[in-house]
Amino acid sequence: MVSMDDYGKFETAWCPGCGNFGILKAIKQALVNLGRSPHEVFIASGIGQSSKLPHYLKCNAFNGLHGRSLPPATGAKIANHELTVLAVTGDGDCYGEGGNHFLHTVRRNPDITMIVHDNQIYGLTKGQASPTSEMGMKTKVQTHGVFNMPLNPLSMAISLDCSFVSRGYAGNIPHLTKLIEKAIQHKGLSLVDVLQPCVSFNKLNTFKWYSERVYEMEETGYELNDRVKAFEKSLEWGDRIPLGVFYMNEKPSFENHLDVLIQGPLYKNVPKTELVNELIDGFV
Amino acid sequence: MKIDLNLKIGGAAGQGLQTTGMALAKALKKSGFHVFATQYYLSRVRGGHNTFQIRISDSPVFAMNENVDILLALDSASIEQHLSELSDGVVVVDSDEIEVKQTADSIFHVPMLKIAKDVCGDKIYSNSVSMGAVIGLLCLELSDLESILKTTFKKKGEEIIQKNIDAARAGYNYVKENYPGGCKFEISDSDEKENMMLVSGNEAVGLGALAAGVQFLAAYPMTPSTGVMTYVAANADKFNVVVEQAEDEIAALNMILGASFAGARSMTTTSGGGFSLMAEALGLASITETPAVIFLCQRPGPATGLPTMTEQGDLQFALYAAQGEFPRCILAPGTPEECFHLTAEAFNIADKYQIPVFVMSDQYLADSLFTCPRFDTSKVKVERHLLSDQELRTKKEEYKRYKLTPMGISPRTLPGQAGVLVVADSDEHDEFGHINETPENRIKMNDKRMKKLEVLREEMPAAKVYGNRDASVTLVGWGSTYGPLAEAVDILNDGGKSVNLVHFTHIHPLPVEATRKLLSKAKKTVCVENNSTGQFSRLLKVDAAINVTEHVLRYDGKPFSPEFIIAALKEKEVI
Ligand SMILES: Cc1ncc(C[n+]2csc(CCOP(=O)(O)OP(=O)(O)O)c2C)c(N)n1
Ligand code: SF4
Repeated sequence: MVSMDDYGKFETAWCPGCGNFGILKAIKQALVNLGRSPHEVFIASGIGQSSKLPHYLKCNAFNGLHGRSLPPATGAKIANHELTVLAVTGDGDCYGEGGNHFLHTVRRNPDITMIVHDNQIYGLTKGQASPTSEMGMKTKVQTHGVFNMPLNPLSMAISLDCSFVSRGYAGNIPHLTKLIEKAIQHKGLSLVDVLQPCVSFNKLNTFKWYSERVYEMEETGYELNDRVKAFEKSLEWGDRIPLGVFYMNEKPSFENHLDVLIQGPLYKNVPKTELVNELIDGFV
Repeated sequence: MKIDLNLKIGGAAGQGLQTTGMALAKALKKSGFHVFATQYYLSRVRGGHNTFQIRISDSPVFAMNENVDILLALDSASIEQHLSELSDGVVVVDSDEIEVKQTADSIFHVPMLKIAKDVCGDKIYSNSVSMGAVIGLLCLELSDLESILKTTFKKKGEEIIQKNIDAARAGYNYVKENYPGGCKFEISDSDEKENMMLVSGNEAVGLGALAAGVQFLAAYPMTPSTGVMTYVAANADKFNVVVEQAEDEIAALNMILGASFAGARSMTTTSGGGFSLMAEALGLASITETPAVIFLCQRPGPATGLPTMTEQGDLQFALYAAQGEFPRCILAPGTPEECFHLTAEAFNIADKYQIPVFVMSDQYLADSLFTCPRFDTSKVKVERHLLSDQELRTKKEEYKRYKLTPMGISPRTLPGQAGVLVVADSDEHDEFGHINETPENRIKMNDKRMKKLEVLREEMPAAKVYGNRDASVTLVGWGSTYGPLAEAVDILNDGGKSVNLVHFTHIHPLPVEATRKLLSKAKKTVCVENNSTGQFSRLLKVDAAINVTEHVLRYDGKPFSPEFIIAALKEKEVI
């Protein structure tokens, strides 16, 4: 039996009261609930406050470059598809610097769970606008207020026919835990966009602000496989903000189409190097 | 060298130059000649003026020379641009189709289109007519070309094969009947050469990767590197390799780092522009100590430069790309055999030292076809340098990915095993892989990484000497220029000069002691490079305090020919 203790306790570099703590707890709890041992779990992360998360629990980790959590996660999944692979990233990391990887990883559909700490701000670099910052938000850089339209990660993912699209909230750990469990169990790329208050830099989207608005969509008895309805739902933002799974599409994952993985993980394959002589014959 | 003939095929892109050239090169190789073939092409899919050149000899050849013996002109530009390159040769042209202003005995009209239509009912067979005509002019038997046509069109079925053979025979017969005196090249009596291959540099790199057991290749297409990606992809199913076309080069290198970290032997292929995007992940490979093989196939820059031409202009970039100080390894093959073996070696070095390893080639080596001895696969060893299960089971302490060791190399294991956790970080980290920003830790970790470079340096073999050890002039070269340099040395020595070549394939970390030993004795040193600043000679100066006497540099997008090198040496009064 796996327990929370197996995932350890670590000192963090996060500000007291940060939404990241709730996300860390939910991830650990979800892994425990699914009975995954730390050595079966691989987390790739980028750079940002959020991306430090793999250092705060026991697991295999590749804490890489800003915006680049998805490519190493994909590579690792291809090399060893028996690993439970998570990509932990921030809104700047995933939708800004790594936007191209986001688009194409959705298209590629590897069986990875992508957890985006969406605090609508750049935390680690001390408070500049992120791709999801609200219009008008003033920062030391956006001195006249944000002019650029905020990007809607859920609509974008649904429009790309992402295999699993969901939203959680760092202030509702039990709900977020369930969501992460579902996302991990789902075969294919799963997006969990997590509303995460940044108590130091985002004075707009606070715990109070979110708590007054979020509601659990499951209660409304909503269809999960209707792309158009899901798209419509994803546009809901303002007084009421829906949480839960927006869209699910059971389609083959990237690894599924790789015949060589049927025999087992790629890294265990003994390469058929002796066949090179046959190829060489063709040049003689 | 009794036989030394050059065949040049000129035409527009889309006219089947490549098919014609490849089939002829293969047929000539099959007839027992040493063959060298190279292409000059523009960055367009149709039109323009391109050439495919084939050199035939009874001795090994690794470079083009500048004299043309047979010009197969498929467009009028061929005649305008290349007639002057003929000293005593002939032109084969379909003057029904191409306006030929000149009249000369050496211009042979072969109505290729008409023959193709008459014999096969379709002008598309005119390429095969031209191939037959060339074989006829060389007075060779048609049988080798026929068997090459069989394999070339195997997938298209019997009918197409037969039509191509008929077309070739018709071209052959036409030449025999109309130009009985045309057979002026006495080359028919070559002896069959056993166990020789005709292979391009890129194919050789692909073969080397497969022989080394590559498991994952992620790349973004960029000329001239793409050939390796497509070669591996074509054989991926057979060899259980996963090939993925990444969304960009950034993803490509980051993806192979993830795969490599999780245990798959991985490589990426790119050219300078793509490598620019990879610079950041290059440093990541090094600080996370994740093995990575990068095939860097140069073309002239900056930016998109000359997409289809050649240059050795990215050495400094490969040496210094990315922030900070960290170990890397650069290998630069000079021949297809070296492409094969050094690519395989690159994987072993990457795994042993847990660093990024470059295999640096360029368009010239990548796209040229060479005859060379059959690759000896028994020399390829797959060395993974991973902790054994036994070692893992009996380990006493918690696993440390970045354990400090005297050599700087930490025992490596893979994620996914009970009892071990493997953690890597791009931030400065402690032995476990967790972020640690203290000055003491920084020094330890930086020293650990740099130590690997010094250990590897000991392992890097010395440059090869071609020719007399005590020559009075020493040419210095690296990578793809081996062929033209070696031939220049031969020609000069045959002419009574005293010249040798010191050629480098193991570029960085440079084996300093061995290099000094080789070059300090040299009386005059001339560094010959396909770039405008002498990047390798600068490396010699910085790393080994060696000052070369002279430079011969070429940076017009074209490769060296032996004649070019000799002319430059004369002009500089070195010889
Ligand atoms: C290539 C590169 N550019 C910029 C940075 C600086 N940087 C570090 S984190 C970050 C943004 C962090 O924002 P986000 O991804 O939203 O994460 P958060 O810190 O808010 O969790 C930036 C710009 C970097 N590390 N690398
Ligand atoms: S800066 Fe914001 S996101 Fe970062 S730890 Fe502090 S509160 Fe959390």
